[in-house]
Amino acid sequence: MFKWFHRLGSPKIFFEMSGRWQVPLLWLSVVMLTGGAAWALLFVPPDYQQGNSVRIMYIHVPAAILAQSGYVMMSGAAAVFLIWRIKLADVAVKCIAPLGASITFIALLTGAIWGKPTWGTWWVWDARLTSTLVLFFLYIGVIALRSAMERHAGAGRACAILALVGVVNLPVIKFSVEWWYTLHQPASFSLTEKPTMPVEMWLPLLVMVVAYYLFFFAIWIMRIRNEILLTEKNTDWVKQWLATR
Amino acid sequence: MNLFIASVQRDLLVHFRHPSEVLNPLIFFVVVISLFPLGIGPEPGQLKEIAPGIVWVAALLATLMSMDSMFRSDFEDGSLEQVVLSEQSTFIFVLAKVASHWLLSGLPLVLLMPLAALLLFLDEAGIWALTLSLLLVSPTLSLLGGIGAALTVGLPRGGLLVTILVMPLYVPVLVLATAMVQAAEAGSDTIGYIYWLLAILFGAVCLAPIATAAAVNVATDQ
Repeated sequence: MFKWFHRLGSPKIFFEMSGRWQVPLLWLSVVMLTGGAAWALLFVPPDYQQGNSVRIMYIHVPAAILAQSGYVMMSGAAAVFLIWRIKLADVAVKCIAPLGASITFIALLTGAIWGKPTWGTWWVWDARLTSTLVLFFLYIGVIALRSAMERHAGAGRACAILALVGVVNLPVIKFSVEWWYTLHQPASFSLTEKPTMPVEMWLPLLVMVVAYYLFFFAIWIMRIRNEILLTEKNTDWVKQWLATR
Repeated sequence: MNLFIASVQRDLLVHFRHPSEVLNPLIFFVVVISLFPLGIGPEPGQLKEIAPGIVWVAALLATLMSMDSMFRSDFEDGSLEQVVLSEQSTFIFVLAKVASHWLLSGLPLVLLMPLAALLLFLDEAGIWALTLSLLLVSPTLSLLGGIGAALTVGLPRGGLLVTILVMPLYVPVLVLATAMVQAAEAGSDTIGYIYWLLAILFGAVCLAPIATAAAVNVATDQ
């Protein structure tokens, strides 16, 4: 089992393995995204309070979930790099940072769009929104440090340390809606309890969450493969692979 | 322990010989506070209401200004590398650096509080709460800022980058501190906030130097 993980640390083996998964994963995620979006826009009944504006939930909630778990994945890769010095983990951190920043931005933007009709305001400084904004700044910090240290040998380790330091914010975001009773509503999904929504509403949400995850992984793998090609461009196997394209 | 005391002594001695490095952020603090009445309007009622926020923002900016020099001069003359290479504990060295930084920037800010209170028409409850919150939080600011300072010490224009890196970590502490001052001004109990700020301080004392020491190791290419 560990041998399989260690083999994945080799750029060549990761490249070959991910090459087999890349296209099916992308297609599956696109199909699920379009299917889920169509389901959410056309077939979900409108909410008794919010009417049709509840449909933004199917874009906002998966983005927000992924924003937080994206950071956890980034700090996981950072920990792997710091502990086991697997260079591919550093490449993974480098590739996921802009992805995570973009999806946090999408979560904030769609949240603001949803907030205007339902709460009457684009923004409010409540616990969940503020801590998600802080999450966005944490992603930006990792990106900024990487670009400032680009030619430095220790850039990977510095960004890994920063990513791990920022992970302290994650429990604050996740539990902020439970610890403070401010404007943002509490979680509707939990691992241990029944959802507070009827099944016609949470089933497409589940589909969209899974679709977002698959899409995120697909794009992340694409970026890592790109980075592998760039850094290993002088090796034989890359030249061979490029010759067959 | 010897390393700790020796480091703090050395830092205090060096900074007392170049007082401008210590005084500049403090003067900046007073100047920023003075700018707000000019910008917002000198009416005492209005200033009194937002005084905690103004003082906190000014304190944060002044701390960030002085943060950059925490490790820089040691890095440039090579003594940082020597300490890392020696068998002394980098954790203790980093803790000593943070302690001397706090003594030279955080503690003077706390002592400047009466002046800030005078300029912004704060009343007694507000002054006590603000001073206490600043006293509890300024070591945390120095500790977390040390992480940012160590990560960017080798970079040519690291100063502004430290702000971007460290500001997200400051937000929770800032929120708690201003909430504590507002609670005190409203007359309610602040002991809960004090416990939270102390808990964050103790957590930071134990954990932040680990990250800072790792960053110092990276900066000196270990």
